[in-house]
Amino acid sequence: MFLLHEYDILWAFLIISSVIPILAFVISGVLAPVSEGPEKLSSYESGIEPMGDAWLQFRIRYYMFALVFVVFDVETVFLYPWAMSFDVLGVSVFIEALIFVLIPIVGSVYAWRKGALEWS
Amino acid sequence: MIIDTTEVQTINSFSTSEFLKEVYGLIWIVPILTLILGITIGVLVIVWLEREISAAIQQRIGPEYAGPLGILQAIADGTKLLFKEDLLPSRGDIRLFSVGPSIAVISILLSYLVIPFGYRLVLADLSIGVFLWIAISSIAPIGLLMSGYGSNNKYSFLGGLRAAAQSISYEIPLTLCVLSISLLSNSSSTVDIVEAQSKYGFWGWNLWRQPIGFIVFLISSLAECERLPFDLPEAEEELVAGYQTEYSGIKYGLFYLASYLNLLVSSLFVTVLYLGGWNLSIPYISIPELFGINKIAGIFGMTMGILITLIKAYLFLFISITTRWTLPRMRMDQLLNLGWKFLLPISLGNLLLTTSSQLVSL
Repeated sequence: MFLLHEYDILWAFLIISSVIPILAFVISGVLAPVSEGPEKLSSYESGIEPMGDAWLQFRIRYYMFALVFVVFDVETVFLYPWAMSFDVLGVSVFIEALIFVLIPIVGSVYAWRKGALEWS
Repeated sequence: MIIDTTEVQTINSFSTSEFLKEVYGLIWIVPILTLILGITIGVLVIVWLEREISAAIQQRIGPEYAGPLGILQAIADGTKLLFKEDLLPSRGDIRLFSVGPSIAVISILLSYLVIPFGYRLVLADLSIGVFLWIAISSIAPIGLLMSGYGSNNKYSFLGGLRAAAQSISYEIPLTLCVLSISLLSNSSSTVDIVEAQSKYGFWGWNLWRQPIGFIVFLISSLAECERLPFDLPEAEEELVAGYQTEYSGIKYGLFYLASYLNLLVSSLFVTVLYLGGWNLSIPYISIPELFGINKIAGIFGMTMGILITLIKAYLFLFISITTRWTLPRMRMDQLLNLGWKFLLPISLGNLLLTTSSQLVSL
């Protein structure tokens, strides 16, 4: 972190942009009126009393898509260094990359056939 | 002995760099603040444009009272949100509720670090450039998920989940398109990518070398911005306002800001990756020769660079605003099918095609 001076401006930018929401909260906290009430603070559910909690079980499909996403995202991350030095590495590494890409493709075909990419 | 001298040298260089840091510490802040100011003005212009163009499409008048042509309308809206009461749902998780919008805004704002507005006019010309944008843009869905969960509201929860599912689904085609671009220019630095397109003017644009990638990138970036026809997380008819349902006051304003910041950064990246960035791109005509001005002695050239980048970017904003009022919203299964079963194979094929053509030209 402290060795890469190239990234100093990234940290500076991160700190300055973190100030923006804090500043917005402070200004709004000073200016905005406060008039709380139990009705006002209850969660919105089309005008009726909220029924039960929202922190409950949800569709497993979201997890399936997240899993497939992780596979492909990691694959793409590994391909970036190869793409940047493509002109140096040449044909043999191209074939290696092709095999590497083929493995997730086979995996995604399997996931597709098994119905992991179906919503309903 | 050798170790000693290197040690001394390291210490020397370290102390000088520390000294330089102290001297230039304050000067460093100036470009950052200028950029943030510019981005803010850019967002205000987009909000105004969106209102005016929407009004024109629907044959309404649009904002007209706040300033000439309603230019000050966006500022008026923002100021109003500052004065509105900030409601915290009594059953929700207050910390997640407040941190969510902040994470969304900060992560999107950070992507502006690598956007070049002109020759050498970039905050940090990092060698990983575009890759940094892709890495950082994955953080924003975490903020949306946090706010959806923290609200403890069924609509918000579903909206947050949908937002996360949607942005991870379209992240992969987007990443693969950017990968093809960095393969073409053998670099991930945004400055290098623009330089690689500058050779043959208009015909050197990556748009002509990557037509499939361009279309996939456009669709995916619309989906990443959660704009119509992909605004499922906030679908009014089903989810009230999605993850924003419980928000009011400035926290709602931060979400609003984040969505427009995201739109602006996407169109700027379309400009950089596919449309030749800051170059005028008309073959055989270069601006310095046109006006008889030396290229190096040019604050003029810098201004032209910024202007050209912004014109190209706002052209794309115009397209996405008109798309909003032209296409109907998709269903959730259609959205995921489009992402996983259409765009992903196509972008993979595009990558292999690009690689093969590069291999032939090697």
